[in-house]
Amino acid sequence: MIKKFIYLEWKAFTRSASFGANLAMKILIGFLMIYFSIIFIGMGVGAFYILKKLNLEPLSTVNKFLIYYFLFDLVIRLLMQAIPVLNIKPLLVLPFKKPTIVHFSLGKTALSFFNWVHAFFFLPFSIVLAIEGYDIVGIIVWHFAILSLIYINNFLNIILSNIDKLFVVFIGIILALGAAQYYKIFDITTFTAPFFQGLYNIKWLVFIPVLILIGLYAFTFKYFKNNLYLDAGLSKKEDIATTENLSWLNQFGTLGTFLKNDIKLIKRNKRSKTTILMSVLFLFYGLIFFGNSHQPAVMHIFAGIFVSGGFLFVFGQFVPSWDSSYYQLMMTQNIPYRGYITSKWWLVVIATFISTILASFYLFYGWEIYLTIVVGAIYNIGVNSHLVLLGGAFTKTPIDLSNAGGAFGDKKAFNVNAMLLTLPKLLLPVALYGLGLYLGDKTLGLLLVAGAGFLGFILRNKVFSLIEKRYKMEKYSTISAYKQKS
Amino acid sequence: MIQVNQLSKKYNGTTVLNIDNLEIPKGQSFGLVGNNGAGKTTFFSLLLDLIQPSTGNIRSNDIQVNTNENWKSFTGSFLDESFLIGYLTPEEYFYFIGDLRHQNKADVDALLARHEEFFNGEILKNKKYLRDLSKGNQKKVGIIATLIGHPEVIILDEPFANLDPTTVSRLKKIIKELAEDPNVTVLVSSHDLQHTVEVCDRIVALNKGEIVKDIQTSKETLQELELFFAV
Repeated sequence: MIKKFIYLEWKAFTRSASFGANLAMKILIGFLMIYFSIIFIGMGVGAFYILKKLNLEPLSTVNKFLIYYFLFDLVIRLLMQAIPVLNIKPLLVLPFKKPTIVHFSLGKTALSFFNWVHAFFFLPFSIVLAIEGYDIVGIIVWHFAILSLIYINNFLNIILSNIDKLFVVFIGIILALGAAQYYKIFDITTFTAPFFQGLYNIKWLVFIPVLILIGLYAFTFKYFKNNLYLDAGLSKKEDIATTENLSWLNQFGTLGTFLKNDIKLIKRNKRSKTTILMSVLFLFYGLIFFGNSHQPAVMHIFAGIFVSGGFLFVFGQFVPSWDSSYYQLMMTQNIPYRGYITSKWWLVVIATFISTILASFYLFYGWEIYLTIVVGAIYNIGVNSHLVLLGGAFTKTPIDLSNAGGAFGDKKAFNVNAMLLTLPKLLLPVALYGLGLYLGDKTLGLLLVAGAGFLGFILRNKVFSLIEKRYKMEKYSTISAYKQKS
Repeated sequence: MIQVNQLSKKYNGTTVLNIDNLEIPKGQSFGLVGNNGAGKTTFFSLLLDLIQPSTGNIRSNDIQVNTNENWKSFTGSFLDESFLIGYLTPEEYFYFIGDLRHQNKADVDALLARHEEFFNGEILKNKKYLRDLSKGNQKKVGIIATLIGHPEVIILDEPFANLDPTTVSRLKKIIKELAEDPNVTVLVSSHDLQHTVEVCDRIVALNKGEIVKDIQTSKETLQELELFFAV
């Protein structure tokens, strides 16, 4: 029975839209995957030695922060990890026993990206611990416990995913705990760290997470099985619709028509709402770089680009895929491509503008830092906004708007053309800024980057014509790619 | 109104559509019948420039559809649900299409009022997004949306499928009214011979991509077609 399921999954995987790319691209993707794996493994290995260098005991330091790690993991899962219920429907009427279907569906989530991605850190870290003379049995037990905890999160996510906006509660908990710890009011880690440490020292403690995991699996299994009906667990949630006119946008003509539609698109779909949240997270990206003397000064502009460019990167990257489910309609209507692209461009520009204003809290680090962010925004508007729209012409991944996940975990969203286009988005400003620093000072660097942004802005019409031409060339292949539902 | 010249569509060497010559005069109501895979949707997709022809071309009002986009301003079409925007309410969808066709809100409202009977109270002001409507109701929205902006060419793929019997007869009435207008060319495809015969002046039957029958509708047409498709 299971063999049949695995056969189905394998077919689904190998027949997905952009997996069927040509051989050269497959090889390139393979290389990139190996490259990233090596980087992650390097991080896992490096963590031990870096902590050692900072005169911290590596294992206990990691144990101290594990509670935050797991809480954060749960938030990410609630936001992104989709539960594969859709594929279950066709199986219901086939001669499969219900328990088999549920076991398979749950088993499938176990193989999710959100689970094995942790191995990149924990596996090398554990191996290094073993090599460095830690108790091998203790390490294995500890590792096993961590694995159980990761899977506990996996099943928690399945049970909790039906509750709306729960992730906000967890973010609140993380922030509250973090703040309480920072201001030395209450330190959660004094309670949790001994437990995680205990997993290594007192071996039998491992039974606690393992037993919880088994219990949770049994509970999830029962819950799933009882809800395996079209009008229960497998039903689609219907929202109560309200008609919005947004008539104040009418004054912008065709542009207004598209903007109205885009605003509704973002407001009413799970996937697009996730991008808004992501772009808010991007706002805080600069905290890693500014006021951190370990980072080279040249990377400041890198942060500057990211702080205001969150929306641009997460939303813009998938234009026109956002409209993929009704792309045929768009292609038969009397729509000038120019108007369509311009509307998306304005959306990106407005979002960049708002991000820049929201980012004004960076003034806390001094006006020079904020200036870096403003210059980053200028570059984003002048150059990057065009590049993402151009990249969009190559992104032929249909987007399932109702699915929150897939923003990162989706293998199918991986596109080499789009990847190559990220190079000028990020490396060019860093290079320009670096050149400025080398030849003169910060001001020259910022001027160079801002200059590139203005130049891009002046050439806007030329670039738009180019993008338009590209979109037209790709029209038929885009339509046929979008017809493939994921 | 529509001229087809040496049109063919091949996928990996298999010809799925091959029409040497076909002329649809202005004002005709044109029915396309055929079994699954006969090439009906392929023909409409070519007519709407959604796929590229392997050879030949289609001219609509003397505009070659795959080189010039001006046909879009006088063509209304509904092929399937991928012509609907799922996260809009029906009203918003109609206004969106109206905006694209330079119709103001009042024009659209007037059109919707005229077809209130067709909607049967299940479409407007129902607090549902299009994605949550049933297939039949989605189809109603799609069909009426093609009428926005007085298009001269109207293309409907399988309009009768998924509709309840009452709506089917109402839809026939709408198509007949359109057919009476000498400026409007209606193209309809269907599996259902009887419905097609009822609403169309002319019927073309496709089989494996070739035109096998081309008849002006008369009393005997239905019988002739049924005989042809009977095995």
